[in-house]
Amino acid sequence: MPGKTYVQTTINGEHVDFLCEPRQSLLECLRDEIGLTGTKEGCNDGNCGACTVNIDGRIVTSCLVLGVEAEGANIETIEGVADGSNLHPLQLAFLENAALQCGICTPGFIISSKALLEQNPNPTEHEIRFWLANNLCRCTGYDKIVRAVQDAAKRLQEA
Amino acid sequence: MTTADYERNMVLATDTDYKVIGTRPVRHDGADKVTGRAIYGADFDAAGLLHGKILRSPHAHAKIVSIDTSKAEKLDGVKAVVTSKDFPEVGNQWLKDNILASDKALYVGQAIVGVAASNPHVAESALGLIDVEYEVLTPVLTTQEAMATNASILHDSLTTEELGKDTGVVSNVASHTQHVKGDISKGFAEADVVVEREYNTKTVHQGYIEPHNATALWSPDGRLHVWCSTQGSFVVRDSLAELLDMPVSMVRVTPTEIGGGFGGKIPIYLEPVAALLSRKTGAPVKIVMSRKETFEASGPTPGSQIKIKIGAKHDGTITAAYAWMAMEAGAYPGSPVGAAVQCVFSTYDVENSTIDGFDVVVNKPKTAAYRAPGAPNAAFGAEQAINELAEKLGMDPIELRLKNVATEGTRRPDGPVFGRIGAKEVLEAMRDHPHYQSAKAEGTGRGISIGFWFNIGFDSACNIAVNKDGSVNLTEGSTDIGGSRTSIAMHAAEVLGIPVEDVRPSVVDTDTIGFTAVTGGSRTTFATGWAAYEAAQDVKKQCIDRAAIIWDVDANNLQMEDGVISSQSDSELKMTFKELAEQLSDTGGGISGSASVNPSGVGGSFAGNIADVSVDPDTGKTTVERFTCVQDVGKAIHPSYVEGQMQGGSVQGIGWALNEEYFMNDEGTMTNSSLLDYRMPTSLDLPMIDTVIVEVANPGHPFGVRGVGEANIVPPTPALANAIYDATGKRMTSLPMSPGAIQSADAE
Repeated sequence: MPGKTYVQTTINGEHVDFLCEPRQSLLECLRDEIGLTGTKEGCNDGNCGACTVNIDGRIVTSCLVLGVEAEGANIETIEGVADGSNLHPLQLAFLENAALQCGICTPGFIISSKALLEQNPNPTEHEIRFWLANNLCRCTGYDKIVRAVQDAAKRLQEA
Repeated sequence: MTTADYERNMVLATDTDYKVIGTRPVRHDGADKVTGRAIYGADFDAAGLLHGKILRSPHAHAKIVSIDTSKAEKLDGVKAVVTSKDFPEVGNQWLKDNILASDKALYVGQAIVGVAASNPHVAESALGLIDVEYEVLTPVLTTQEAMATNASILHDSLTTEELGKDTGVVSNVASHTQHVKGDISKGFAEADVVVEREYNTKTVHQGYIEPHNATALWSPDGRLHVWCSTQGSFVVRDSLAELLDMPVSMVRVTPTEIGGGFGGKIPIYLEPVAALLSRKTGAPVKIVMSRKETFEASGPTPGSQIKIKIGAKHDGTITAAYAWMAMEAGAYPGSPVGAAVQCVFSTYDVENSTIDGFDVVVNKPKTAAYRAPGAPNAAFGAEQAINELAEKLGMDPIELRLKNVATEGTRRPDGPVFGRIGAKEVLEAMRDHPHYQSAKAEGTGRGISIGFWFNIGFDSACNIAVNKDGSVNLTEGSTDIGGSRTSIAMHAAEVLGIPVEDVRPSVVDTDTIGFTAVTGGSRTTFATGWAAYEAAQDVKKQCIDRAAIIWDVDANNLQMEDGVISSQSDSELKMTFKELAEQLSDTGGGISGSASVNPSGVGGSFAGNIADVSVDPDTGKTTVERFTCVQDVGKAIHPSYVEGQMQGGSVQGIGWALNEEYFMNDEGTMTNSSLLDYRMPTSLDLPMIDTVIVEVANPGHPFGVRGVGEANIVPPTPALANAIYDATGKRMTSLPMSPGAIQSADAE
């Protein structure tokens, strides 16, 4: 049994420390060690995007990051997107545009879309489709997700 | 006209006299699902949880000579090991073998041994210490191979059932079914034009993003409790009871939130293994599949071989239609060919038809349902043949379809007579759509198609209890995969005349609600919605009776409309539902209503597509430039969620048409078992998916619902094939129509 490493991070604005084995992915640490199960596993090899989190301003698939690599990182997960009991405009837009069906890919899509709108507040349909191409959704056909991101962009600009 | 000049999501509503039905409220479970709080199967945790892993066969066809787990059992952290020997001796051996194989492995990935350990990594390490000795046999991987004389045989005990009679002949053909209507030899003799071709399709997967999972706790009191992502908690309960030889009342299944299913999460895989491991350890055991396991060991939809022959007169009247369809069942009998024969020609009123269906076992995972199972395979052939016929006759393909379209009273080739259906209305909406009316963009091809799915009814139950604040708690047993909590709650809200936000729907476990069949067959909003309608009627009647007691009047003079109880004879007597709710406790106690239904008035659904594509002449890559889905849904309870079903089904069909397939090597190993290499459509691969909701009310449902989940995956593969033909002159007879396949195909 390999020894465990002590890792200190900031997750959703809070200091979080945890112990993890060298072989554990950040996804596994978030879900099994820290209890943040909003980040989902769909493939465990970086192809579905369900485990997307934001690390130091970059979106990454957390299944491809080791837990020990997160030392000192500032991590945002789906649990940190809402402001207390107030949903983020993206979350509202996803609900009101019916942009989710089963919802398993939704955390990843919201984390990815939030990063897009932070960099590009008024993206075109093509820019949205390009940015979200690493997040697979099997239920919606993406139409309503694209609309939700466009709607959220509008809400954020009007805010 | 550009795509921006028209309404991209139209609702051709026929009955708008509703307060709640037809509106677009936010789903009740929405906040949990956009904040990461919703608990899916893999998120479930329990005190003392152990983690299970499964050793799987590396061979597609092999005898299992011996299994030695002794080294694995000694590994530090391993708590229990189970094999097929741990099942009770009674019960269906094939069902058990598909959970844990006993004497033979019949596909790569078939489960052999289950291990529970203190953490998943230890369990995985233990798998490497298990010795299984195999005697490798020759695999058969397609219907052609399996049906050949001298084919390697999967089951020594499987004999062919020929038109309902056991032949006693051992073969890989489990059954041959046939539907005959009229006389095709007479029909083809009358035909002026005949089209005949063979089509082939590959194995594809439902591709839900959430892998299979299950947690089981076998309590010391003898009861088994399972938490899992399933389309049918009662199916899991009943299957477990059968496999483990216990009464259904000793099994409790709690459905967690589910990350997609599309039919693939109806069968059980992990649940019995977790249960057996829990019985051995006394601890809860969780097993979660990897993506590779999900591809290799859960049920895909079959590859198939289909021959179609259709004849018509010069005026377009179809005189005869013949279909021969062989579908891969996977390792055990039960391909969806039985559904395919019900759909293949059902759009048309054909006087003479014969349909042959063959259920064939091959060395691939046992197939499971996938959205209108069997129908897309059949339509890929039949709907191309219809277009070819239109071309030969010099007719518009929609006009040819309209000339022969099935309507109320038409007898389907497989026997049933249609009630009120909307095939004609769908075709007319396609013909009149701005997309079909517009000129094609330069360099593009256009294709159309229509598809049918019959939908199902089955059992559903619903309870509704009135809260003192005038809201109601609604409990039901249909797993919510796409917003059905809300569409079901809307039925109750409409009846009670209250806002849907005042209905609190919960999907509950098998101890807490009456038997409810799967979320599948496009039945959930239809049947469980109907149960909610009836339960709400029960509540409504009790509210009227209670008001009569309070007012000391005859209940026959009272009515409840728009959430207000009033008297027809005394205009002074008025009370809102909310006012009554406050008084219930003091006037005789609370009110709750319930209903269990098994509706017979199922209405089939038709969906049609108009697709524009361009095909890169250098690479053969097809780009979908514009795509319209038209579907008769009966009545759209929640139009946004109906559009979502239409768009999602369309895009699964587009993936099936252009990219998706199991690449099998000669040994029967899937060589693309990742989401990188099994290429499902991404957002960048697609245009917006325009929708037209057609509402031809189903007289068999109180609000006219037909069910919307499945018919929409039927037309995309032939619509795109017809579009590719229009663009390139190449008639694509095999799926997928990948760049390489298009490049190597010859123009007609």
